[in-house]
Amino acid sequence: MDYSQHKHVVIIYPHPDDESFGTSGTILNFREAGVPVTYLCGTLGEMGRNMGSPFFANRETLPEIRKQELIDACNVLDMNLEMLGYRDKTVEFESRDDIAQRLKQFIVDLGATLVITFYPPYAVHPDHNAMGAAAFEAVKGIEPENRPELWATAIINNRNEVLGEPDIVVDTESVFEKKLEAIKAHRSQAEGMLSKMRESSDFIGEYESALQRLQFESFYRIDVDELDE
Amino acid sequence: MKTINQEEVQKYIDQFANEPVYIHLETTNGAYAKHFDKTAHNVGAYIRNAQIKYERGKIIKSDDFDTYRVGLKTGGWVYAEGLTDYEFNDEGQLLLAGHDQQGRLMVALQISPKPFRM
Ligand SMILES: [Zn+2]
Repeated sequence: MDYSQHKHVVIIYPHPDDESFGTSGTILNFREAGVPVTYLCGTLGEMGRNMGSPFFANRETLPEIRKQELIDACNVLDMNLEMLGYRDKTVEFESRDDIAQRLKQFIVDLGATLVITFYPPYAVHPDHNAMGAAAFEAVKGIEPENRPELWATAIINNRNEVLGEPDIVVDTESVFEKKLEAIKAHRSQAEGMLSKMRESSDFIGEYESALQRLQFESFYRIDVDELDE
Repeated sequence: MKTINQEEVQKYIDQFANEPVYIHLETTNGAYAKHFDKTAHNVGAYIRNAQIKYERGKIIKSDDFDTYRVGLKTGGWVYAEGLTDYEFNDEGQLLLAGHDQQGRLMVALQISPKPFRM
């Protein structure tokens, strides 16, 4: 894939860490090709259950901690960051049209040629699906000749049965060290996963085991005119 | 946060009695419960910044584990169980939470003289 053909990539997810676990290798590839990337992050993950392992955050300190982790991760990924200020677990109860309007404004102002978001309703967490739906609506609201490409992340377990093989599969091995660094910047969220990985029977070292699990990032290419509704 | 000290927590609970306070009450098994176990379903509820006034509040230790229950007697009741850790923070808020072995939050009950930050 020729990453340098894009002018600006906009990532739209609701939580700090969504970008690092699922898409940071792709982001790094775009950055290496000199393409600017902006993350529109919906919430601060205020209601997250992971507090670090052993835990060091509490319900009231978590937002500030996750905000700093997000900033750190975006620095690792050399990506611009806009925090949208919605609240974790409540995105689906906001007005989708209002969110879509805001997203559209960002997409147009930044001159995005590619938008990456979650694929509703195949993204498990209600915030993922709500943010993805608003992003789809935002792209659809742009006149066809100016529309950016749209890639979507599905995370349901049986995605390949339901949606078929993903259209785009990115091998992140060449940038994986940095991807792991971005994930680890989300200390409160990553520690639990990493320690579980260390304890698993197939553990072969942090880098290798993480690579096994997270080497490939896959996306479905969306044509918003083909969506029902 | 640190492991609950029953007397300490009781002292703070008493301190808030008979005055208007804000509560945050929450329980969750996580947004991925079903994703990881098909037979499970996601359960959660939370209320943030409800104003209440309680005439009596009590923390009780459970018989079999090192977890605690708290009941606040209002015109009705506010109740939480499975609490393991507490903190009285710089903002004068009493934070109580129950964590699992991996340090994940499963239940929280928090009391504050002013609204929790939004
Ligand atoms: Zn997420």
